[in-house]
Amino acid sequence: MSEAVIHVEGLGKRYRVGERERYLALRDVLARAVTAPFRRNGQRRTRDYLWALRDVSFDVRQGEVVGLIGRNGAGKTTLLKILSRITRPTEGFAEIHGRVGSLLEVGTGFHPELTGRENVYLSGAILGMSRREIGQKYDAIVDFAGVERFIDTPLKHFSTGMQMRLAFAVAAHLEPEILLVDEVLAVGDLEFQKKCLGKMQEVSQSGRTIVFVSHQMNQIRRLCERVLWIDAGQIRQSGSTGEVIAAYESSQVGAAAESRGKCFLRWEVPGHGNVIRQLADEVVFRLELQLTEPVSKGHLGVNIVNGDSVLLIGWGFENVEIPAGRQELMVRVPFLPLRPGAYTLLCTLFNNGNNLNDGEAIEHWIAVPPLIVDTRPMTHAQDRWAGLLNIPAELQVPSTDTVRTSVAGS
Amino acid sequence: MSATARGAVMAKPPVLRITPPSRWWAIPFGELWAYRELLYFFVWRDIKIRYKQTAIGAAWAVLQPFLTMLVFSLFFGKLAHISSGGLPYPIFYYSALLPWMYFASALQNATNTIVENQRLVTKVYFPRLALPLSSVLSGLVDFGVSFLMFIAMMIYYGIRPSAAALWLPVFLLMAILTALGVGLWLAALNAIYRDVRYVLPFLVQFWMFASPVVYSSSLVPAKWRWLYGLNPMAGVIEGFRWSLTGHGDPPGRMFLASAGVVLAILLGGVGYFQKMETTVADVV
Repeated sequence: MSEAVIHVEGLGKRYRVGERERYLALRDVLARAVTAPFRRNGQRRTRDYLWALRDVSFDVRQGEVVGLIGRNGAGKTTLLKILSRITRPTEGFAEIHGRVGSLLEVGTGFHPELTGRENVYLSGAILGMSRREIGQKYDAIVDFAGVERFIDTPLKHFSTGMQMRLAFAVAAHLEPEILLVDEVLAVGDLEFQKKCLGKMQEVSQSGRTIVFVSHQMNQIRRLCERVLWIDAGQIRQSGSTGEVIAAYESSQVGAAAESRGKCFLRWEVPGHGNVIRQLADEVVFRLELQLTEPVSKGHLGVNIVNGDSVLLIGWGFENVEIPAGRQELMVRVPFLPLRPGAYTLLCTLFNNGNNLNDGEAIEHWIAVPPLIVDTRPMTHAQDRWAGLLNIPAELQVPSTDTVRTSVAGS
Repeated sequence: MSATARGAVMAKPPVLRITPPSRWWAIPFGELWAYRELLYFFVWRDIKIRYKQTAIGAAWAVLQPFLTMLVFSLFFGKLAHISSGGLPYPIFYYSALLPWMYFASALQNATNTIVENQRLVTKVYFPRLALPLSSVLSGLVDFGVSFLMFIAMMIYYGIRPSAAALWLPVFLLMAILTALGVGLWLAALNAIYRDVRYVLPFLVQFWMFASPVVYSSSLVPAKWRWLYGLNPMAGVIEGFRWSLTGHGDPPGRMFLASAGVVLAILLGGVGYFQKMETTVADVV
């Protein structure tokens, strides 16, 4: 087993409330001093402080790629800022073995008046590269960004996309032993994002350690072996990528459940509401609609997509006849072998035809709450090889009369 | 296990310990040295962008003191008849404006440096001292350019510098340290209280009249001169005039007082700045 390159113990960060968002004017300090005697005692202490991070301990080993997930404001960025020395902790400590490069923003230090070339050097230096290092990698950086033609014009004449590409290109050529990355792959077009993700994979395969914050679970799945879920400043769960993401997504769904959706729609798995607990559970989607006029020769489309908006399965029902008024539809699926996680149901209803032959779209809606699959994972233990479905398999070796099942833990 | 242990001996990575801020501080010479290339890039950036998109570019570095010198010569010299001790007014004023203009702009840049670079300060680590330090150093380029003008003026008036000119680097260093010392205080304060930005122009203006820019420090009675020297720029400007033109007195008690004050301001400034540094990313 390799050694821990990041060791975090009891780390905590306390902010004065309000301090984080805005600077103080002397006037505020004076106003505070004047009103202080009139404020109720004791109230102050608890209200003025906020622990953004509390009692966080973990280790990251050499060569590991660890994902940090959690809601906005959960403390992920604060943690990265402490590890990259931008801010100091209030309690606890962290030990880091090796050169750290942190990427909390794309384009840190870029200046619009300087040319692309000058900005490559400036930004490189700010991210911790030496002048020689940048010189050696200069061509590769410009090539990666694909902005050769404009490299000697001031950055302010670049399009936003071009600026982003150049900025990421500089950062991507940073070669520290430990790389801390905060949600920076969310920029640029899809193709460039793919390129960036590829670069990150390359970096991780070269044995360097990466700590990576993202809200995009597909990125976390592709890059990380292990995930820390941070919630309200503390580590809520830590473990293999698939397991933690599934738990996280389930909780997310619960939180957003009440607000969305136009037509009422309900998942029903016998006995469990919207949760599938057994692989063999029959799933019933029960849809309730209010129709002002009858649907004849209609079309009902039902699709299931995952958190990354990948379509997993879809059904279409043609020549649907539904009378007007309050109606209930039921779609029965005998079993749904999906990997543990949260899924969304998309429904479309057409009158007089379907989406291809000029049918009249009556309603298009998203199921709320989404479907939670909480079955035991039975596929590959490594997330990136597990695929999208959850179906058991067994391996037999007849000569030795042994049988191995794919179910994790057995 | 033994393999990794051996590997660790062969190339032991530096261990960085991140802890809550302590109450003690030290000047991080080692760290500044390690980040010297970044310091260089900051200075380079400041110089590059200073006169971008101006029509006459670095000529401003000459025009500003030159025009000010003309105005001073006309009003304080020809009209108010302030004594220049026999020096031509242009030389008298320009020799004082050289260090003063450098100081004023360096102080202004240093004060705003943390606020102007807040994106950087909240997104990436480097010794924060590099910011005010670089803004004080980049002002030296303007100083150099305007100094060339002074040489031309010396030739025009036929004034030959004496051996006292060798003292010039000492006074220049003192001007740099004064700008840095005060700049550190103000930069740190400015990060927390934006009021500093509005106070600064007045401060610079008052300070100029409290320094021997438009008059000679011989106006101050000799026995109070050391007290006058508590304004470090008094020592600097008087020193500039003396070393370049021979006007006034060689460095004495007034200069020592100035040097002592500079040292105190600088050390205090570094301390205060360091204290602020631990929280600045949370505040700006």
